[in-house]
Amino acid sequence: MTLSVRIIACLDVTDGRVVKGVNFTNLVDAGDPVEMAALYGTEGVDELTFLDISASVIGRETTLDVVRRTAEQVFIPLTVGGGIRSVEDVDRLLRAGADKVSINTAAIERPELIAEIADKFGSQVLVLSVDARRARTESGFEVTTHGGREGTGIDALAWTEKACALGVGEILLNSMDADGTRAGYDIGMITAIRSVTKTPLIASGGAGALEDFAAAIDAGADALLAASVFHFGIHRIGDVKTYLNTHNYPVRMSVTR
Amino acid sequence: MIAILDYGSGNLRSAERAFATSGLDVVVTSDRDVALNAKGLVVPGVGAFAACMNGLNAVGGAEIIRERITNERPVLGICIGMQILFSHGTEHSENAPLAGVGIWDGEVSLLEAPILPHMGWNSVESDAQTVLFQGIENESFYFVHSYAAKKAVGKAQSWTKHGEKFVSAVEDGYVSATQFHPEKSGDAGLAFIKNWTKSI
Repeated sequence: MTLSVRIIACLDVTDGRVVKGVNFTNLVDAGDPVEMAALYGTEGVDELTFLDISASVIGRETTLDVVRRTAEQVFIPLTVGGGIRSVEDVDRLLRAGADKVSINTAAIERPELIAEIADKFGSQVLVLSVDARRARTESGFEVTTHGGREGTGIDALAWTEKACALGVGEILLNSMDADGTRAGYDIGMITAIRSVTKTPLIASGGAGALEDFAAAIDAGADALLAASVFHFGIHRIGDVKTYLNTHNYPVRMSVTR
Repeated sequence: MIAILDYGSGNLRSAERAFATSGLDVVVTSDRDVALNAKGLVVPGVGAFAACMNGLNAVGGAEIIRERITNERPVLGICIGMQILFSHGTEHSENAPLAGVGIWDGEVSLLEAPILPHMGWNSVESDAQTVLFQGIENESFYFVHSYAAKKAVGKAQSWTKHGEKFVSAVEDGYVSATQFHPEKSGDAGLAFIKNWTKSI
């Protein structure tokens, strides 16, 4: 009886389509979100994350519809992030079928939002998305906003500690330097964040080779998120799980029934 | 018909859809008569113990649950919906435990574990008498919680370990409960739901 390391597929959604870029730019179309979510579900993914990168109100409404349709056919946890600024935004997403929400920019601008959401819905619904990059802050890691485009000068470790004290249930640590490069997770960053929190930690950004997933677990990640390696068929969900299982990491293997 | 008790807690839509895969009609309701008379009542729940008890009391949920069990009508508690079936819980209230519905005498307390919440897929070790885990004895289910019951109650228990061992499911005549979320546990969860709907 051991808690499995979770493999999470992330779908960046804009205007009802999945897109993927490198370092958050040069976006290319990767498919239909509901179809992709259902396929990953069949392949044994442990959780799904939709990151809404739409810039318009219509785009956000479309994402709500995507969440609704996905939740009707995929019975695993579903996290939605992007543009969440209030308790009402969270309520709308949960009612559409999301199990958790991830917040970033709005929490940096107004940290009390973390406690407001946690008080109303419980901290288990709240994932803090930390989009960090290497920079000259105290720990060497700086928090960014707006999908990595804007630096904040805020130290990533200090921010993580503060947010955990305010009541987040999980940390989604995205390396802006590694995002989409497939050059491996940022092991130094995972190790540093792990050292300051006992909250579950999801590593994100840079997954490429199968060994990369194992290295992130060794550094302290409880869950591994990836996007492009799955979207572009470099690895199937089952390949990652089989690799980890073979190397004695605890994973949930699908049972054929 | 299965009634899912709506007392302002959680993602009820996916619970509704997951229970509908059993083939039975499912309604999400806070109506007393509907909740009392349905073939099976599901008590979901996310968030904190106290907030859930407040929500439950606002719809007369504790009386509905007690009355159903007296009338031999099945009830299934999920996650906090399991925890509130115990006599008391210590969430955010260590020195003065909060009262639960009290179907089982026991305490729900903080897990001692290096990483909390206990979030993700974990396996379950079931009592030989289990009905609800038949055919899915060796599978994993999705958990998200920091508090749990650690002493056996009811006729048959299932156990899971995160830091320490805790009760991950109870089967006790007309009342059953799971600390995990069957509605979020993929095919294994749907098989569990089917076992429950067949048993009622």
